[in-house]
Amino acid sequence: MNIDRRSFLKLTALGLLALAAKPALDLISKPSAARALDGPVAAKRMAMAIDLKACTAGNGCVACIDACHRVHNVPDIGNRKEEIKWLWEAAYKQAFPDQENKFATVPLQDRRMLVLCNHCDNPPCVKVCPTQATWRRDDGIVMMDYHRCIGCRYCMAACPYGSRSFNWRDPRPYIKVIDDGYPTRTKGVVEKCNFCEERLADGLQPACVEACTEGALTFGDLRSGSEVRRLISSGFNLRRKAELGTSPQVYYLL
Amino acid sequence: MYDKGKIIGGLAIFLCLASFPVWYMAASGKADYRPDPVLPVSENQCVEPAQYMREYHMQLMQQWQDQSVRQGDNTYITSDNRTFDINLTGTCLKCHTNKAEFCDRCHNYTGTAPNCWDCHNVPPVNTPPQGTE
Amino acid sequence: MIENIFRGGKKYWLLISGLLLLIAAGLAAYIQQWNIGLAVTGLSRDISWGLYIANFTFFVGVAASAVMLIIPYYLHNGKEFCRIMILGEFMAVAACLVAITFILVDLGQPARVFNIILYPSPGSIIFWDVVVLTVYLLLNIVLGWVALDAEYKEVEPPTWLKPIAIISIVWAISIHTVTAFIYAGLAARIFWLTALLAPRFLASAFASGPALLILLALAMKKWGNFDPGDQSLDKVAKIVTYAIIITVFFLLLEVFTVFYSQVPDAMAHFQYLLFGLDNHYGLVPWMWTSILLAFAAIIMLVTPSSRKNHVTLALACAAVFISIWIDKGLGLIIPGFIPNPMGEMTEYMPTMIEILITMGVWAMGGLLLTLLYKVVMGVRQGRR
Repeated sequence: MNIDRRSFLKLTALGLLALAAKPALDLISKPSAARALDGPVAAKRMAMAIDLKACTAGNGCVACIDACHRVHNVPDIGNRKEEIKWLWEAAYKQAFPDQENKFATVPLQDRRMLVLCNHCDNPPCVKVCPTQATWRRDDGIVMMDYHRCIGCRYCMAACPYGSRSFNWRDPRPYIKVIDDGYPTRTKGVVEKCNFCEERLADGLQPACVEACTEGALTFGDLRSGSEVRRLISSGFNLRRKAELGTSPQVYYLL
Repeated sequence: MYDKGKIIGGLAIFLCLASFPVWYMAASGKADYRPDPVLPVSENQCVEPAQYMREYHMQLMQQWQDQSVRQGDNTYITSDNRTFDINLTGTCLKCHTNKAEFCDRCHNYTGTAPNCWDCHNVPPVNTPPQGTE
Repeated sequence: MIENIFRGGKKYWLLISGLLLLIAAGLAAYIQQWNIGLAVTGLSRDISWGLYIANFTFFVGVAASAVMLIIPYYLHNGKEFCRIMILGEFMAVAACLVAITFILVDLGQPARVFNIILYPSPGSIIFWDVVVLTVYLLLNIVLGWVALDAEYKEVEPPTWLKPIAIISIVWAISIHTVTAFIYAGLAARIFWLTALLAPRFLASAFASGPALLILLALAMKKWGNFDPGDQSLDKVAKIVTYAIIITVFFLLLEVFTVFYSQVPDAMAHFQYLLFGLDNHYGLVPWMWTSILLAFAAIIMLVTPSSRKNHVTLALACAAVFISIWIDKGLGLIIPGFIPNPMGEMTEYMPTMIEILITMGVWAMGGLLLTLLYKVVMGVRQGRR
């Protein structure tokens, strides 16, 4: 064959490139393990309703917070800089900063609100995650995969509610009692409330809902005839920053 | 070649140093050492046959990770149709209760340091693990 | 060509040693961060991005600015740019690597960084930023090296280099637009949620990048026996002039929109930045320094006599570079988080470890730049 070395090398390179084309295409087009944003109509839509009149967080009750943080091995780092919190209570003007009202009645102004991840139906954190370490499940729960998270904290920047915490250091020394039922996390990953998906799988209610002695927290599937559905469709309720289009699924009953 | 003596001498020294691990282990008799993980007493069959687990438990862990966390499916059906809960602390460590005497024996020998234990809890020995992980 | 990096005088080796020392200090600090976690930085739950991401943003802009030399040379036959262009291309390579390294040191789990490639997420702008930055890095390495190689062999560069240069022009705009999109698409952060962010990024990039290039060219003239030519230097200086004026103009546009409309959420971030908010004044002195430096630079650059005088030109370019570093780095990333989504105020102060790592990454870029420029000098001197 009368071919010079340069042409031969060019042909070989082109041939190898052609061989690599299909595997490359397969690699980038393979469906990711993450779930599609729109589940089938039969899918559930989990949500939570918080009855602000019944909640006694203003009187110092932290039963739900303690239960959540204990069951999920959430560490107590002890300073505001590195704190990790899945569920906490805040003032009215912190939970609803756009609802400024100097003349709000005293009970509303002083009321403490429980705040947590809203498990939005259109979650901005899921959109921005570069590894799909966080994704929206078919039943609406926004999940975290601690194995995949690279700790870039883009999701923390994208969350309009400040629901997400980062492990700035190894959390284990800061967990008083480790509950074997749920893993701890390690340094360098983001975490947040997971609507107790591991308890739901066992047919249990979320830890906070179970721990509340006042019945202020209701949790369930909005698409079935549940108590949550009844509560949010009958009484006046607010959602945090609803105008941003995130469709948050934690409803505050006033 | 120039400096034949120095070159061949240097090569010989290099080969001796580079093959040090091989002939040292052979001479000291340590080459026969095999790690001896302590097998569980409660069960004599793991989720898959022992040889398979020896070779592929890492890949099995990866599959369990994806299946459980990302697909939400916590049930594993073995090759001989037994079912298990996908749970490192609750299933694997239920039988292999002593990590130091089982897992660490081979991991230390091979010099691997899997970071599963950074997150997944290792219950103290003699306490049965509880809960759903 | 590469053997030139081993031939240098006393000043050259002094510079290399200094840079290596800074890199070593940065590495030592990074080992601390690797072992303990990002708790060693000044970052917090409220301010989750800080000095590292600020520097990343800034240096992507510097990398994009190489296009400001490629356009006049390749598209408008600006022959006088030929000598300075290779300095710009290698500056883009170093800046690109510095930007990518800042992302890596900011990650909580850097060993997992390949997850971005294993699990591509086209919905995430960071995914696209990784793609465009990698391609841009490769484009500039090819552009710079092939052109230098052609110069070494005293032939014209191959004809396929020109289409690559054209692609790199479009690509340079894209890398900085995509980087702007990282911030501009977040409904959660009203400080960044503006269509003007990408134009602001591009304008400030085209001011700070060429400003750095002028400083480097002047340094090469003084210590490297390299004369970029007064004509090309003045043309680049004019680019910096227009760009810094547009940068300041864009900032004023933002200030007007926010303070005339009086929307509290939007105002709060600018108030914190410019005047302080709720007794927190951390960034106020920085921001006003940046503004003063920008105006001083504009005056020096608009006046032809001071623009043509190399001393005042160097001062003006340094002022532009520092001013935009403050504005785009500190003045853009940090106020985005203050106040936090619940209206709470936290402030941010980088720690010593954070600063050492940052300086180490700068030094790494500086080392690469020094080595690349040494090769250029060697080739140029060999030809003469």
